[in-house]
Amino acid sequence: MHLREEVLPTPFCPGCGCGTVANCFLKATEEMGYADLKQLVFCSGIGCSSWIPSPHFKADTIHVTHGRALPVALGIKLVRPELKVVVFGGDGDLAGIGLNHLVQAARRNLDVTVIMANNMIYGMTGGQIAPTTPLGVKTSTTPLGSFEYPLDVSKLMAASGASYVARWTTFQAIQLKEALRKALAKEGFSFVEVVTQCPAIFGRRLGMEDARRMLHWFRESSIPASKAKDMEDRLLTGKIVVGEFVNIKKPGLLRNLDELKRKATTVEQA
Amino acid sequence: MLTRLTTVKPGSYFWQGNVACAEGALAAGCRFFAGYPITPANEISEWMSLRMPSLGGVCIQLEDEIASMGAVIGASWGGVKSMTATSGPGFSLMQENIGLAIMTETPCVVVDVQRVGPSTGQATKCAQGDVMQARWGTHGDHEIIALAPNSVQEMFNLTIKAFNLSEQYRTPVILLSDEVVSHLRERIDLPEHIEVVDRREILQQPFFTSGDEFPKGIPPLGKGLAVSITGSSHDSAGIRATSDPEIHRKLVEGLALKIRRDRNQLADFEATGIEECDIGVISFGCTSRAVYDAIEIVAEHEIKVGHLRLRTIWPFPEEKVRQLAEVAHSVLVPEMNLGQLSVEVERVAPEDTKIVPLNKVGGGLMFTPEEISSAILRNVAR
Repeated sequence: MHLREEVLPTPFCPGCGCGTVANCFLKATEEMGYADLKQLVFCSGIGCSSWIPSPHFKADTIHVTHGRALPVALGIKLVRPELKVVVFGGDGDLAGIGLNHLVQAARRNLDVTVIMANNMIYGMTGGQIAPTTPLGVKTSTTPLGSFEYPLDVSKLMAASGASYVARWTTFQAIQLKEALRKALAKEGFSFVEVVTQCPAIFGRRLGMEDARRMLHWFRESSIPASKAKDMEDRLLTGKIVVGEFVNIKKPGLLRNLDELKRKATTVEQA
Repeated sequence: MLTRLTTVKPGSYFWQGNVACAEGALAAGCRFFAGYPITPANEISEWMSLRMPSLGGVCIQLEDEIASMGAVIGASWGGVKSMTATSGPGFSLMQENIGLAIMTETPCVVVDVQRVGPSTGQATKCAQGDVMQARWGTHGDHEIIALAPNSVQEMFNLTIKAFNLSEQYRTPVILLSDEVVSHLRERIDLPEHIEVVDRREILQQPFFTSGDEFPKGIPPLGKGLAVSITGSSHDSAGIRATSDPEIHRKLVEGLALKIRRDRNQLADFEATGIEECDIGVISFGCTSRAVYDAIEIVAEHEIKVGHLRLRTIWPFPEEKVRQLAEVAHSVLVPEMNLGQLSVEVERVAPEDTKIVPLNKVGGGLMFTPEEISSAILRNVAR
């Protein structure tokens, strides 16, 4: 069993997308040949999706401060290169408070896999506006409608220099699982954004109070990247562009650091 | 355990305080350093970046101090002794993650080279204003260990000690330096052997503190132990428990007891003439250097000064301070701040002892020996 049975059932709301994310991830590892999660270390911050690995995965899990999973993951990976380090977090944790660390990790091409469950809201705290909340949406801190433009985190990850960037919704579970497989096998920084349903908090505010309706919305709004790249921006408003945005071979941070260690010579004390 | 010093050749050197600190860390086995540029700590990062690769370690400059502290926690859990170095503003940023390190019982060392604050203050000037921040900077009930070197030699020695204590108590240890001690250049003597506490791995629960039971080491990652580490309240197995009042109480009381019960052993100080004196002086860091000279000046007046120079600031050496305060009629507490250590001295001293805070702030100006000697002369009882 890949889960810590003593902490089940999970605290996730009925219809929460975190279940699908966890499932697809575990399926991906199983298909890759991992008999268990012993060779992986999971690092997560604060928020519903940060709870996917901690405490539910029967593995080394480190549950840290809000937005700070990436630096902790960096510390672990740089001293334990043989372990696969995976970060789980939400749009608030990774692209709000943690955005600087996310971008810098991508810039460095840090050899970790980041899975961002984007439910477009701060769910755990009751439904506050997030950096990915669409313009105009009424949230608990924008009761008259949001007045800010949302961030396209995958686009930012691509621009930051990541080796692998993909976005899928929980509706495209098979493609999501495939993307996670690719991400986990990749050298360098791999980022998978999963647009997930939060029916209890976010869906409710949009008049979609159950998972089924939200998944329907994901299906109707999804446009494959291959098609979207030829479309005008105004036609993409309200759409979710899914697919693989970046998949390149680029030396990861570990490789660059190894180069450095090789070059290092003993320095005479001043 | 006594080990041979191998990272640098034993002998006498003329070093800067910050360099001595970095070398002390390397000698203690530190092989991960993450930091962010800030005056007056930069030389530590710079020296580390030069020395780490050839020792097989990792040194990286990160995007901010929050990331630096996070990376130190990660690397420490990865099994490597880890350190970061900063000054006031960066120390402020690190507080949340220092709390995480305390809560998760992560061994690590945080160097704070104090400078004039608050806020940006006088960035290149010396001060001693982070004493209380070192104690209470992070939220919630917690204990902390903080050491204050006063020389280049102690920047080396106390950094090693900081690592040893962090391993022994599985807690972050603050090295509270100041700009003068960090930038000072003076002679340092490196011995053939040093005392190093190696990391102790444990493979069996309990992995974390609860009540009066403390883990005998730290569980390794990547060995199939499924270690659960969390900043949330947790039981001795590290599993999150955010509703149970008993589990939380045992956790935080245990974490505090872990350090408090050894406060006497942890009290490190230099004491001269405190058994019998006309007046007492309690000092730390760069200020203590002026106190030495002040004592020589007043010796000509046949005044016996009891000098308690603290190397351990936290846990506050209550017993020793009380001992001096009971003997002396007055106790002077010179600090380059508006009164922080003096608050603690007042707390533990008997009511009839006159505690005289001597405060000097601004421009990084140290106390002159004469300022302290004249204060001694003004306050001494005959």
